[in-house]
Amino acid sequence: MADNENTSEPLIRIENLYKVFGSNPANAMKLVRAGKSKSEVLAECGHTVGLKDINLSINRGEIFVIMGLSGSGKSTMIRHFNRLIEPTEGRIFVEDVDVMQLDKAALQDFRRHKMSMVFQHFGLMPHRTVVDNVAYGLQIQGVDKSERQKKALEWLNTVGLEGYENQYPNQLSGGQQQRVGLARALCTDAEILLMDEAFSALDPLIRSGMQDQLIDLQQKLHKTIIFITHDLDEALRIGDRIAILRDGLLVQQGTPDEILLNPADDYVEDFVKDVNRARALTVETVMHPPACRITADTIEEALKQMRRSKEDYGYLIQDDQYQGVITQESLEEANRDDSVSELSEAVLDEADAPAIQTEALIEAVIPETLNSDIPLPVVDADGQLQGELSRENLAEVLAEHHAAGQKDDGEEPKPEPEEQPAKVS
Amino acid sequence: MSDKSWLTEIPQLDRSELRDIRKYLDGAYRDFSREYGDLIESFFDPLLSFLIWFEKLLLGTPWWLVIVVIAFLSYMAGRSWKLAAGVVVSFLLIGYFGMWDNTMRTLSIITVCTLLAIGIGIPIGIAMARSDRVQSIVTPTLDIMQTMPAFVYLIPVVMLLGIGKIPGVIAVIIYAIPPVIRLTNLGIRLVNKEVLEAATAYGASSSQRLFGVQLPLAMPTIMAGVNQTIMMALAMVVIASMIGVKGLGQPVLQSITNQYFTLGLLNGLAIVALAIIFDRVSQSYAKRTQAHLGGRDNG
Ligand SMILES: Nc1ncnc2c1ncn2[C@@H]1O[C@H](COP(=O)(O)OP(=O)(O)O)[C@@H](O)[C@H]1O
Ligand SMILES: [Mg+2]
Repeated sequence: MADNENTSEPLIRIENLYKVFGSNPANAMKLVRAGKSKSEVLAECGHTVGLKDINLSINRGEIFVIMGLSGSGKSTMIRHFNRLIEPTEGRIFVEDVDVMQLDKAALQDFRRHKMSMVFQHFGLMPHRTVVDNVAYGLQIQGVDKSERQKKALEWLNTVGLEGYENQYPNQLSGGQQQRVGLARALCTDAEILLMDEAFSALDPLIRSGMQDQLIDLQQKLHKTIIFITHDLDEALRIGDRIAILRDGLLVQQGTPDEILLNPADDYVEDFVKDVNRARALTVETVMHPPACRITADTIEEALKQMRRSKEDYGYLIQDDQYQGVITQESLEEANRDDSVSELSEAVLDEADAPAIQTEALIEAVIPETLNSDIPLPVVDADGQLQGELSRENLAEVLAEHHAAGQKDDGEEPKPEPEEQPAKVS
Repeated sequence: MSDKSWLTEIPQLDRSELRDIRKYLDGAYRDFSREYGDLIESFFDPLLSFLIWFEKLLLGTPWWLVIVVIAFLSYMAGRSWKLAAGVVVSFLLIGYFGMWDNTMRTLSIITVCTLLAIGIGIPIGIAMARSDRVQSIVTPTLDIMQTMPAFVYLIPVVMLLGIGKIPGVIAVIIYAIPPVIRLTNLGIRLVNKEVLEAATAYGASSSQRLFGVQLPLAMPTIMAGVNQTIMMALAMVVIASMIGVKGLGQPVLQSITNQYFTLGLLNGLAIVALAIIFDRVSQSYAKRTQAHLGGRDNG
């Protein structure tokens, strides 16, 4: 079950997890096991299948994103990690603790120290000040007042809310409130962070700011984060790995590039077609191998090599080092000009053919690529030539996306009907 | 009673049968009250002593001290000079028109009834909010308590405990307690699910959830219930005076039988004044403390 491509150890494991909502889940489980779909089970015995045979393993220190449309079981899933929802069947391990075996007191202790949670609508306590909200987890643990206040203030500063400690949540904007939610989650020093659509209720601009902040924090804190979203752009942006849920079924798991380039089925395809690929893919994933490497020392040799390659451009590599772009034209010109003898003088200006980085997002290199008549060289962090990126190449990758779905900007989430949080019962 | 008379007349118990049933039930209850009346009465003894002590305290304290204390309490509750001044003026007028002693008696019994109603009602409301089964039992009971004419349940209470303060208090509480129970239940059930879930997710125990989240967030609703309970208790003063509760109700009752219009009006106005004071003071207290939805930080 463990993913092979990730070498770090799994921190959380979920095995054969099922959740059926209703008065007689055992009965409904028979139908589920017989292979009936969610709608069939609902029609036959009135039970809702929340999750079906989920197997996951989440590594220490990664951001694991679970995504799916509204009603696909994301919230149900994330509430199993800390047993806010009891599974109908299945096992949950955190490190080597079998979470299902914890009794009431042990579970409380587990929730206090091991995991913290950030909620879609913030879940702040309106009768407590901001600093008391942040300190809530510590108060529950029984940490004394001065110590928890001190720690809460530190975390408030970290999320950029110094000076707001004595406000009440309803005096803050949505983005600020969710920062309080984040500070509250971080304040207990729990190793695992559960985030259920934590940014979905925020405006696009605020949301992308929060995403940046989360990525920054993660680089310092190395938490294990389980992040729920219905927005693939968000998933691609912050996820190390992504799992996709559909009607309670896990349809695909993988790295962002794997999901984007090889969607497992139509459902995933539907997600993927709406995504802004330019913002999600790196140059590395779409570049081609370089067509022509010139390793010659003299202009004549270089011309010979280029004629053989049938291209009218090439990438000059000397002493195993990438030097720059040369074209047939520049070589011939240098050949004619008697004052030029060094091959290096035929190399194009960096401004005309800039090298781009493998790690760069496509979005960042669109202008250069479009402005250049020849494919741009792609180099890695060590300056070694890794490939080339042409205009056509770029058009192809982006066109696939535009042919499928009409979307220029990844900011709009899919319109998701709000689940009614049944308030009155 | 042969042929088709049931078509024109509703089928009915025989008079003698009906009388037997009545006799049997009345007899059984009388036996019960004879058997256990003393026991139940002695159960209420501490309450009775407290009632008497509190009434004596109010009557024995110099009038100006009572006014100062009440004005101070009103000010502390609402932090409003206007409100405190209104309270002082009302009490001066009440005293001026010769209703001081009765007002103190009513004040004492209403205070005790309200405290008891809160003390009994809030835990019942909490139990109701926690369990749908409890709710399904308590709700119809409250419906009956609120619709049953007060005189009807005065009868068994009086049969059991005779005439006096305790049966009066019981009658007032039965009449006035439903709002505080209902609104405690409602308030807790209305608490934002996500906020409660957050508390659970951070490992709060059920008492930490109750006192740290549910009650503070339900407080505005609970206070509305308390307010209604006080109003209903005051409304019950006249009826309670029929079973020997002394206070502003008695002169009103007297005025009805003797057609003393002015006496009735004055005492009625005194009851209204008390009601308005209780209402304004409790509401401004609620408003002040719930500026951010719920009480102050509980540390
Ligand atoms: N308490 C519940 N009782 C019955 N059905 C539920 C309950 N909670 C969730 N469901 C159902 O389970 C499915 C998954 O819901 P949820 O996990 O909230 O989806 P998501 O968070 O992905 O929008 C939905 O069909 C929903 O109606
Ligand atoms: Mg959800």
